[in-house]
Amino acid sequence: MFGDLRELYQEVILDHGKKPRNFRYPEDFTCEAAGNNPMCGDALMVYLKVDDNKIIRDVAFQGKGCAISVASASMMTELLKDLSVDKAEALFKAFHSMCTDDENIDEQLAQFDEEIVERLQMLSGVRQFPMRVKCATLAWHTMDAAVNGEQDITTE
Amino acid sequence: MNKVITPAPTAGDNSVQAFDVERVRKDFPILGEEINGRPLVYLDSGASAQKPRQVIDAMSTAMETYYANVHRGVHAMSQRSTEAYEAARTKIATFLNASSTNEIIFTSSATEAINLVANAYGRKFLKAGDEIIVSHMEHHANIVPWQLLREEIGVVLRVAPIRDDGALDMEAYESLLGPKTKLVAMTHTSNALGTVVPIADVIKKAHDHGALVIVDGCQAVPHSKVDVQAIDADFYVFAPHKIYGPTGVGILYGKEELLNSMPPWQGGGDMIATVTFEKTTFQKAPLRFEAGTPPIVEAIGLGAAIDYVSTLGMDNIAAHELGLLHYATQRLNAIEGLTIIGTAPEKAAIVSFVMDCAHPHDIGTIVDQMGVAVRTGHHCAQPVMDRFGLAATARASFGLYNTRDEVDALVESIEMVKEFLG
Repeated sequence: MFGDLRELYQEVILDHGKKPRNFRYPEDFTCEAAGNNPMCGDALMVYLKVDDNKIIRDVAFQGKGCAISVASASMMTELLKDLSVDKAEALFKAFHSMCTDDENIDEQLAQFDEEIVERLQMLSGVRQFPMRVKCATLAWHTMDAAVNGEQDITTE
Repeated sequence: MNKVITPAPTAGDNSVQAFDVERVRKDFPILGEEINGRPLVYLDSGASAQKPRQVIDAMSTAMETYYANVHRGVHAMSQRSTEAYEAARTKIATFLNASSTNEIIFTSSATEAINLVANAYGRKFLKAGDEIIVSHMEHHANIVPWQLLREEIGVVLRVAPIRDDGALDMEAYESLLGPKTKLVAMTHTSNALGTVVPIADVIKKAHDHGALVIVDGCQAVPHSKVDVQAIDADFYVFAPHKIYGPTGVGILYGKEELLNSMPPWQGGGDMIATVTFEKTTFQKAPLRFEAGTPPIVEAIGLGAAIDYVSTLGMDNIAAHELGLLHYATQRLNAIEGLTIIGTAPEKAAIVSFVMDCAHPHDIGTIVDQMGVAVRTGHHCAQPVMDRFGLAATARASFGLYNTRDEVDALVESIEMVKEFLG
């Protein structure tokens, strides 16, 4: 009966939740945004360094949240490094579709490496828990706001 | 952490009926439902309580056999609806020991009841520089309306602090009272911590300084007997859906003279005496504050809920819930890595907690898989979360239908949290 839970709380997720990567205030960055989920009080900052060619050179975050939101933010920082901003946004869209069981997922994922897709699939166990989708997507929404020049976003 | 919780003194309930929780549970159809193949363990009555058959039936009967608009037609159905609606008002007046049925106003929610006072009383009687005292553990609904009033007319909001155990700091509260204090807006029982505030004392001290008091009784009314005259509240608000009644209706009690000194807040039908395009005159309370078609069926449902808890006896309910609170506190305290937030000497059956190994949201998701429903988050009381340096807690809140076995189920589900995330 705990199959869905085991899919949600996979080892990799728990590891990122407990030891988040790139959890820091970076020395230099080009854009940042604050993300808040007023329903649960989760709050985080996402910082990105984007170069002149619109390539993401560094991603970092700080904040407080549940295992899912912290793990998702941590994994996102690894996935986005060296992607173009356009590709990062496409990845966000694809991830969002995975979490909400969109039918066009395969088409959206075709443009990404297998490794990236595998990582996203680990995070998408959240689709069995609709109340938790916002936890998994908070960092991504915040990243999206940052690259589009918005300072803060709110999800609920 | 191992505080002794002393039962709140109870008085004057004549019910001699023994409280049989297994029999009571049969009145609540939803308690027969299963979650993931396990019996539902509903520990979220503080957010909203489940409804007994008696309330469901009263509402269905109203809609099936005598529903019409109230205070309007001369036809039979309108008369019967009006009688049932007004009978509900009488039941609530008796339940709270109001001195008159005119002191009971039906609003759309408890939140609207507070906003009504902020608007109708606040705008007329308060001015820039006047002080309103709230406690550090208020629900957002008893903070934000006063902030909106501050934006509009420049009143000053002052915050009465709480102690580390979640009890109101009475000395600090008293030191805030002064000639500028015009209103105290305070919870009777904290939804986030379970703290019961010595409200009669709070009110007496406010009155000594000439200030009025509005009490948020949402978490108090379901758990113990409230006598608005004994505590001398000027306004008292509660949420019917937390005392086994329906949503869509709220209750404002106010002293009659005070209510009649206040202008209407919303204009419309039912609240007027006469209307011409030159001048409109208004009804007295309660109708003055009931513009538009009121929540008729909901008020009738609330009347049935009041009958239901009155038959069981509020003192019996309080004693049963206090037993659950003791047992839950003892069992949760025994779990390593779990900390109860809110350990005041006087508490209602609400237990907020955090765990070293898991964020409240992760706790909520995992215990839900075992059929246990708890609230997770900031409980619409962010300032008190900040006070304890937390973003969120998990909260088990008990109702009259909960059992010790359900406390055991909660503890078992928390062990599962440790298995997954520990």
